[in-house]
Amino acid sequence: MRLVVDLNKCQGYAQCAFLAPDVFAMHGEESLVYSPRAEQEQRDGVARAVAACPVQAITAEGLDGARHGLAEAGREASDAR
Amino acid sequence: MPAEEFHEWLRREGRIVIVGASLAGLRAAETLRAEGFAGSLTMIGDEPYEPYDRPPLSKAVLLGKASPDHTELPRRREIDATWRLGVAATGLDMAAKRVRVADGDEVPYDRLLIATGVRARPWPKEDEAQLDGVFVLRTRDDAVRLQRRMKAPPRRVFVIGAGFTGSEIASACRDQGIEVTVAERADAPLVGALGGVIGTVAAELQRDNGVDLRTGVMVTGLEGDSTGRVRAAHLSDGSTVETDVVVVSLGATRNTDWLAGSGLGAGPRGIACDAGCRAFDFRGIVTDDIYVAGDVARSPHPLFGYQFLSLEHWGNAVAQAEVAAHNMISAGADRRPHLWVPAFWSSQFGVNIKSVGVPSLGDEIMITQGSLAERRFVGVYGYQGRVIAAVSFDNTRWLEFYQRMIETGAPFPVDFPTVDRRPEGRKPVPADFPDPSLPTHGPTVTLSGYSPADRHLVFTPARH
Repeated sequence: MRLVVDLNKCQGYAQCAFLAPDVFAMHGEESLVYSPRAEQEQRDGVARAVAACPVQAITAEGLDGARHGLAEAGREASDAR
Repeated sequence: MPAEEFHEWLRREGRIVIVGASLAGLRAAETLRAEGFAGSLTMIGDEPYEPYDRPPLSKAVLLGKASPDHTELPRRREIDATWRLGVAATGLDMAAKRVRVADGDEVPYDRLLIATGVRARPWPKEDEAQLDGVFVLRTRDDAVRLQRRMKAPPRRVFVIGAGFTGSEIASACRDQGIEVTVAERADAPLVGALGGVIGTVAAELQRDNGVDLRTGVMVTGLEGDSTGRVRAAHLSDGSTVETDVVVVSLGATRNTDWLAGSGLGAGPRGIACDAGCRAFDFRGIVTDDIYVAGDVARSPHPLFGYQFLSLEHWGNAVAQAEVAAHNMISAGADRRPHLWVPAFWSSQFGVNIKSVGVPSLGDEIMITQGSLAERRFVGVYGYQGRVIAAVSFDNTRWLEFYQRMIETGAPFPVDFPTVDRRPEGRKPVPADFPDPSLPTHGPTVTLSGYSPADRHLVFTPARH
């Protein structure tokens, strides 16, 4: 699953780094380093991180069911070429 | 057709074309659909990839914590667009309302959004730029190439330019134990964006982390070996640095070449637009069917005397795209101005650097919290008696407070000499920005004057 963190909003509370340590990590005191693509098995952790972020800085795709999977997006892009 | 009816028709069955399929283009497309646009939507992008995020390319990717191939942006919603990826827009016919693309096709529009962004400024000497081992870092392909070479690992990486990208690359090298030399024309890193007071801190930060930082020097040439691989860089102080990877981080150039001769107010400084994101033509007359968003735009900001600002900021791309999209399909009074307060971040050597406002407008700085020596502080920039910007090193939670001061035009020097009673910040000191008439590569905000278009006119007032 794809995700992005609005690092203007991020204030380094590190809740995400506790809840999904394979995806989010602190680098120094308050810098966040994250992987923009998380594996399916990390989905629950990411969902918890999204919910727990005090400043709601994390956007992850496909958590609320509003958005289709990655395969479809890939097809959409390749169709266009 | 009356305006109201026209906009109803536009929302129902109009054709919107977005040139630039990156962050701004994608967020604009999502906003259009979210606001009920049901017509046809075409996304044109010169890269063959669907919209991806760039900030991780110089951070998580170089640290080996993410793949350069997988930074695609999550979608906020379905956008039901026709994607024309891997084909650059090559021209614009404003009268016929058509965009020409590289494969010869012409795409008609009722509303056009231009979000073509910027590209990395290459090393100016072409034969040297072609050497194997010389890189820039802006796109996903750039990141793939650089990351492959970083894995080798190189004996030494040589970074030209200590702006944010250059400094982040140096940081990633040191994190992985790779030797790195950084050459910067100014006296310290980040001075174009944050001034010399903060630049001094950034210089110490680099040196303490083992960066071989050379300031006040220019790179006079890159030298290749007999196989065409880069082997050394020559500096203006007469020294030579042996290296096998060179990263050119000399800032960015705006992607407006394709608009040459179109009649739009587009030039090397970007595309001028009004506060509602509508582009100006070259005469300084605002269009109503062409909109601009993101790094390629320059727009007047009420907080900064309506001067035209170009912002190479992630958050600006998102905010401006949302406003542009809304205004494209809304009539007069429903339109909104783009009033985003500039903000950016950088992460290097484990320090979180963030800023709000426009530091480069400031002539003085006061350290109001923490201390420069601890590299944990907030600095406030003043301009003509008011607070114009703030910067934090590992102190981000305070920035909101300072943003409010910027928005309300709070007086400078600030009423409180320091928040935490440190001796350092009691008095403002010169912020020490380089002479604005000299080119610098790292400002991230460029003041581009008052004129809406790039035409040079002399205004002669009537004689009395």
